Amino acid sequence: MSKKSYRDAIREAIASEMRRDPRVIVMGEDNAGGAGAPGERDAWGGVLGVTKGLQPEFGAERVLDTPITESAFIGAAAGAAATGLRPVAELMFVDFMGVCFDQIFNQAAKFRYMFGGKAVTPLVIRTMYGAGFRAASQHSQCLYPLFTHIPGLKVVLPSSPYEAKGLMIQSIRDDDPVIFFEHKLMYDETADVPDESYTIPFGEANVTREGKDATVVAFGRMVSFANQVADELKREGVGVTVIDPRTTSPLDTETILDSVAETGRLVVVDESHPRCSMAADIARLVAEEAFSDLKAPIKTVTAPHTPVPFSPALEDIYIPNPAKIRDAVLAVTRHAR
Amino acid sequence: MQHSRQFLLECYRSMATIRRFEDRVHDEFAAGKIPGFVHLYAGEEASAVGVCSQLSARDVIASTHRGHGHCIAKGCDVTGMMKEIFGRSEGLCGGKGGSMHIADLAKGMMGANGIVGGGPPLICGAALTAKYLKTGGVAVAFVGDGGSNQGTTLESYNLAKVWQLPVIFVVEDNGYAESTASAWSVGGSQVGRAAGFGMPGYEVDGFDFFAVYDVAREAIERARDGGGPSLIHAKLMRYYGHFEGDAMTYRLPGEVSKAREEQDALKTFRKRVMSAGLIEDRDLDAVDMEVARLIDEAVAASEAAPAPKEADLATDVYLNY
Repeated sequence: MSKKSYRDAIREAIASEMRRDPRVIVMGEDNAGGAGAPGERDAWGGVLGVTKGLQPEFGAERVLDTPITESAFIGAAAGAAATGLRPVAELMFVDFMGVCFDQIFNQAAKFRYMFGGKAVTPLVIRTMYGAGFRAASQHSQCLYPLFTHIPGLKVVLPSSPYEAKGLMIQSIRDDDPVIFFEHKLMYDETADVPDESYTIPFGEANVTREGKDATVVAFGRMVSFANQVADELKREGVGVTVIDPRTTSPLDTETILDSVAETGRLVVVDESHPRCSMAADIARLVAEEAFSDLKAPIKTVTAPHTPVPFSPALEDIYIPNPAKIRDAVLAVTRHAR
Repeated sequence: MQHSRQFLLECYRSMATIRRFEDRVHDEFAAGKIPGFVHLYAGEEASAVGVCSQLSARDVIASTHRGHGHCIAKGCDVTGMMKEIFGRSEGLCGGKGGSMHIADLAKGMMGANGIVGGGPPLICGAALTAKYLKTGGVAVAFVGDGGSNQGTTLESYNLAKVWQLPVIFVVEDNGYAESTASAWSVGGSQVGRAAGFGMPGYEVDGFDFFAVYDVAREAIERARDGGGPSLIHAKLMRYYGHFEGDAMTYRLPGEVSKAREEQDALKTFRKRVMSAGLIEDRDLDAVDMEVARLIDEAVAASEAAPAPKEADLATDVYLNY
């Protein structure tokens, strides 16, 4: 056990799986960096350095730099997965899925079903998401609800370095295509992470805080905000349960419904837009399955239905924050039935 | 002609099977027995068989929406295919894929594809697997003239070249993307595009099995030897519409009947092997009879086969919701 960053935890997971299984390969734009250039090899290790050091250890046959050609290489990763490899492909920013979505949702996601169960597609697509980097509208989106919508895909949102390592190893060992969302603001967050390999199963939520007055379901980077609010409110006598579903597909509905049965109050915190979001999805689930348990209307805390703005003054307002989560929790706990 | 009698009979059988299969699907569709969208390959047989007769199960192909011919040429079970097209549970894909998604990965058939240009990126992946695992396999992407204009196809040319992948791109130019003429829709030429990406390109009469075979042999050998990708532009014609039910008013009257008379792949093949004294007329007639019986049996078996059950709806996919 030692302190590791979210970035290092992801890299360590990939490297350990590459040592364990020669079928695991890595590909993406600048994943090593400097391909064909006169300077150093492994110049970048991915735009934010997650795959740095993999090519020196595993060679250019297993850590492939690609041209900027998302449709071709994401499709190639899907084709390689269906024919016997276990590729970990990097779609640099999730915003770029617009140029290659067909290969993900019409091809990789559907092979197993369309082909009558005769195909497996053990593909991991790593991608950066999230606002706060001053990266504006085309490099800051969340978009995980879009992938969650597609049958056949599994969608993973690690909320800490520990989660990132265990969920990445699980992702690589899974036989279905997995979209692995890495929040770009979390790469430098550090926490205790075991040195050895471990897996965290999909579809098993992590209850990060326990309290009897309200349930907060939060995703990805929002989990730490929710924890912070729960800790504050505990000191003020309000008990908050925080649930990190870890994966939006599969979704651990049982843990959410059990908690709402106990607290009767639900807040969902989702960094994506409000419509057709995880917030809307979970609100629908609870309204449908646990209406009689509710003591207050469900509250959602999301980004607004706008593109992500550039100006720091606007972006800071755009992103859900602990103050907004706190207000929502207090609104549901103070609601008189 | 260096081919053995046995090989030629097999190739003829494969082409005749495709023709008979497609003619029969045409009839069964018209009779209302086949649901959904069907795109027939009749007329293009020499392309699929000219290429796939040189491949084995370690070699992978990706097909198009017009995929029945590629499936048959790659060795997919004909009865399993027919059952799939009929939507039966015993179909190659359990009735979940249908005409546009027939696949059999064990045979190296990565699937027909409902998305125009969907296959080339996937085939780069299959080629990467072959290269990385050193299987000696090659990968073939069939695309139509319509698919040749998709960005995915052009990106795949580039990636296959940059990664030196064992890929053969076969552009089957049947003259029309849906109703739009390839003469109008394709900028430049297919072989010119190949040259632009640094790949050898071949333009070939797609009705002529032997011509297709010869260029495909070169391209396949190059790929197996580590020489990277090639492109084949096969000029041919589909005898039916884009889909079944297409009135084909965009074609000239007599266009298809003229081709059937003068260029037909099966007739051309028959003339060539007979004039070379390799095979007798009656040998090919015997193959035709066997094929007719096979297709009759496939249709009868498909009609008798059970439909999938409700419980099958949610299998073969991860589901927890």
